Amino acid sequence: MIQRFLPLIVTSAVLVVGFLLCAAQFPNFASLRVVGNLLTDNAFLGITAVGMTFVILSGGIDLSVGAVIGFTTVLLAVLIEQAGWHPAAAFAAALAVSTGFGAAMGLVIHVFRMPPFIVTLAGMFIARGMGFVLTTDSIPVNHPLYGVLNDVALRFDGGGRLSLPAMLMLAVFALAVVLAHWTRFGANLYALGGNRQSAELMGVPVGRTTVLVYALSGGLAGLAGIVFSLYTGAGYSLAATGVELDTITAVVIGGTQLTGGYGYVAGTFVGVLIQGLIQTYITFDGSLSSWWTKIVIGALLFIFILLQKGLLAVWTGRGGETAEA
Amino acid sequence: MTAPSPDASPPLLAIRGLSKAFLGVQALDGVDFTLHHGEVHALLGENGAGKSTLIKTLTGVYQRDAGLVALEGREIAPRSVDEAQRLHIGTVFQEVNLLPNLSVAENLFLGRQPTRFGFVDRRAMNRRARAVLVPYGLAIDVTAPLGRFSVATQQIIAIARAVDMSAKVLILDEPTASLDAQEVAVLFTVMRTLKARGIGIVFVTHFLDQVYAVCDRITVLRNGRLVGERRTAELPRLDLVAMMLGRELEEAAHRIELGPAGGDDRAPLARFRGYGKARSVEPFDLDIRPGEVVGLAGLLGSGRTETARLVFGMDRADRGEATVDGRPVRLRDPRTAIRLGFGFCPEDRKKEGIVGELSVRENIILALQARQGWLKPLPRRRQEEIADRFIRLLDIRTPDAERPIQLLSGGNQQKALLARWLATEPRLLILDEPTRGIDVGAHAEIIRLIERLCADGMALLVVSSELEEIAAYSRRVVVLRDRRHVAELRGEEVTVERIVAAIAAEPGAKEPGAKEPGATAPGATAPGGAPR
Repeated sequence: MIQRFLPLIVTSAVLVVGFLLCAAQFPNFASLRVVGNLLTDNAFLGITAVGMTFVILSGGIDLSVGAVIGFTTVLLAVLIEQAGWHPAAAFAAALAVSTGFGAAMGLVIHVFRMPPFIVTLAGMFIARGMGFVLTTDSIPVNHPLYGVLNDVALRFDGGGRLSLPAMLMLAVFALAVVLAHWTRFGANLYALGGNRQSAELMGVPVGRTTVLVYALSGGLAGLAGIVFSLYTGAGYSLAATGVELDTITAVVIGGTQLTGGYGYVAGTFVGVLIQGLIQTYITFDGSLSSWWTKIVIGALLFIFILLQKGLLAVWTGRGGETAEA
Repeated sequence: MTAPSPDASPPLLAIRGLSKAFLGVQALDGVDFTLHHGEVHALLGENGAGKSTLIKTLTGVYQRDAGLVALEGREIAPRSVDEAQRLHIGTVFQEVNLLPNLSVAENLFLGRQPTRFGFVDRRAMNRRARAVLVPYGLAIDVTAPLGRFSVATQQIIAIARAVDMSAKVLILDEPTASLDAQEVAVLFTVMRTLKARGIGIVFVTHFLDQVYAVCDRITVLRNGRLVGERRTAELPRLDLVAMMLGRELEEAAHRIELGPAGGDDRAPLARFRGYGKARSVEPFDLDIRPGEVVGLAGLLGSGRTETARLVFGMDRADRGEATVDGRPVRLRDPRTAIRLGFGFCPEDRKKEGIVGELSVRENIILALQARQGWLKPLPRRRQEEIADRFIRLLDIRTPDAERPIQLLSGGNQQKALLARWLATEPRLLILDEPTRGIDVGAHAEIIRLIERLCADGMALLVVSSELEEIAAYSRRVVVLRDRRHVAELRGEEVTVERIVAAIAAEPGAKEPGAKEPGATAPGATAPGGAPR
C-alpha cells in the first residue's frame, strides 16, 4: 500500500520540508497571504497540469497547452475589446474552441494512429499561429467584469485571500480526483496508459477515451487561458510560452510516469506547488536571479525521475522472482 | 472426465462449414467444430492449420466468409471481442491481456464496475472481486496492482474475468506456454472446476501431455481443413500426431542414429570449469565438442536459460573459468562471444529476435552484416543469394524474401532466426527453445536440420522443455534443477525416462503428465556437475 503511494509521499515530503526551510529563513513566509498568493499565481499552471496529468496517464502527451493558453488570451481580448462581446460569451466561446481543438487532435491521434507528440506539436504551432493571425499586439482588456472577477475572493485574517482563480484551480483538482478514481472514464484512462492493446481487448472504448482526454486537456488549457487573461488583464500571442514544459514537469515531479498508467492527480497538485514555492522563495530572497528557478526545477525533475526509476526497479525486481530470467 | 454424448442435447457451440480466406489463401475451409456443455475440447494442429483463424472468427476479430456458428442453437456472428464476450464467449490469450498497472479488482471489473450515483463504488468492487476469486482458491489483495503477481495468477485472474462476464464458452489460447509445472497443475484444477459448472472450454496448446491430462475430446485441423474429432481416451498419442502431420510419423524422427562424428575423443571447443553466477546459476563444469549436440534439460526456472546466457556472455559469470580452443577467454559480452564464433537464437523471438518490419532477407543477413561491420555492406546480390539459400534449405514458407517477417507464421519466423545465425557459420550455436510455439511438422524439420549441422562439425547447445525432442537429438544432456547442474547423461543414457528421473529425483519436481520416472536415476552422474 505504502509502496504504491511512495512517489506521492516523497513529493509531499519535499514540499513540506521546502516550506519549513523557507519559513525558517523568512519569518513572514508562513502566512496565509503567501499561501494564498502561491495558489493564485499558479492557478493557470495547476489547471493546465490537471489536463496534462490525464493525457500522460493515458500514455500520451499534449504539447499544445501553452499555445492554447496564449491563443485563448488573444481570442478573449479580441472578442471583448474589438468585437464588443460580453466576457461571459467570450469565455464560453474560448472554452468551446479550445475543447474542440483538443478533441480534433485526439481524433487525429486515434484515427490515423499518429504519435501524440507529433500531433500536439503540430497543434502547438497551429494554436500559436492562430493567435498571431488574430493580432500581434498585446491588447489590454478593460471590461468592468474583469475588475469584479478579480475582486472575488475569500478573505482571511492577516491579508490572506483565496482568489477566484485559486478557487477555480482547487475545484478543478477536486473534480479531477473524482474523475480519475471514481468514474469508468478514469479507469479507462489508466487502462489505456497501461497497455492500449489489452485495454482494447478488454472492451475499453479506446477511440472515445482518446478523443475525450485530449478534449479535456484542451478545454482545461482554455480555462487556464481565461484565468491567465484575468490574471494579466491582457491578451498576447506570446503569453504562456513554454508552459507545456512547466506542466509536464509538475506532472512528473508529482509522481506520474511519463510512459503512462501510473500516477495521481493529487501528486500533480503538489508538483505545481513545489514549482510555485521555489519561485516564491526566489522572490523573497530578492538577490537571486529568477533563472535559479529553472535550475532548481531541473535538478528536482532529474532527482524525481531517478527516484521513480529506482522504485520501479525495486518493484519489478520483486515481481521477477517468479518468472524465468 | 466423461463427456456428454454428442446426441444427448443441443451442443453448446456448433460450427458448421466455416470458411475464411485472406487474400486468396483459404485459411479455413468448411470446418466443423462442436463443443458440449462441461467438456474440455482440445483444438490442435500445426501452425497454419487454422486454429488461430477459427478462434479469431469465433471471438469476432475476423468475420467469416461462409458457414454457420450457433451458440445453444442460436446463430451468432460477433463483430468484436467485446460483442463475443456479451454473447458469452470469453477468451484468454497466451500473453495475458490484462493491465499490470491496474489493481486486480479493476482488471476483473473494467468496463462494468459497480457504480453508485454514477460513480465507481470501489468498496463494492473490491468486495465482489474477492468473492469472484474464491472458487479459484486465490486469496490475494485485490487492491494490489496486477503486475505484482506471477503470470500463472494473472492467467487465472484473466479466466476469472472471462467466466464472471457470464462466459458459457471459454477459449484458452495456449495459456500454459509460460507457466511452470505447479502453475499448470493449478490451472488444470481451475479448468476442471469450470467444467463441472457446465462451461465448455476450448483448449489450444502445443503440449500433447497436457491434452491427455485434461481434455475430453480432440479436434484436429490441418491446412485449414478438419481432419477429425476424437475422444481423447480413444486416440493413442501416435495416432494423434499422425493426424496432425497428415502422415505416419517416421519412427526415425524420434530415434536418430547419431553418427560417429563428434566423439568424446575430440578436443573440446569450449570448456567451462566452476563457471557460474550468484543468484543465476550454481557453478558448473561443461565441455562442448565440435559436432556434438548438448542438451540442457530441466523445468522452467531451473537455470537452463541462465546457463545459455552465461555461455554467450549475455550475463557475466562471477566465478570459474572458460577456455575456447584451449585458450582462456573472458566472455564479457555477446560481441566477444560472436567474435569467438558463437551464435545465439533466443527464446523470445518477438522480443529479442526478429525485427518485424524488416524483410525476411534483411532479418537473415542481420548477424552476418553486424559481424562484418556496417561500413562494409554486403552486396545486394550476395544478400539475396544467402536469403534464398536459407529459405530453400530451411523450407521457410514465404512468397518471397522481401516479405516483412512479421507476416510469417511463428514457425517460419523461428526458422528465419535460425538462418540468421547459420549464415554467420558459427562454430557453436546456442538454441534456446528452438521449437517453442512451433507445430509438429516444423519441429521435425528443425530437428533434422540440427542433425545435419552437427554432421558438418558445428557444436550445438540446445535449451528445450520438450524432453522427447532433447532426447532425440542430443548426444549429451545436462539436467538442471533449482539452478544447479544435477546430472549429465550421455549416449545410450539419453532417454526421456532418464531425464525425467533426473529432474524428478526430488519429489514434486516433475512435469505434470510426464511419464512416471523409474525408481532410481540410473546413469546419472552425481549432483554438482561432471567429475573432473
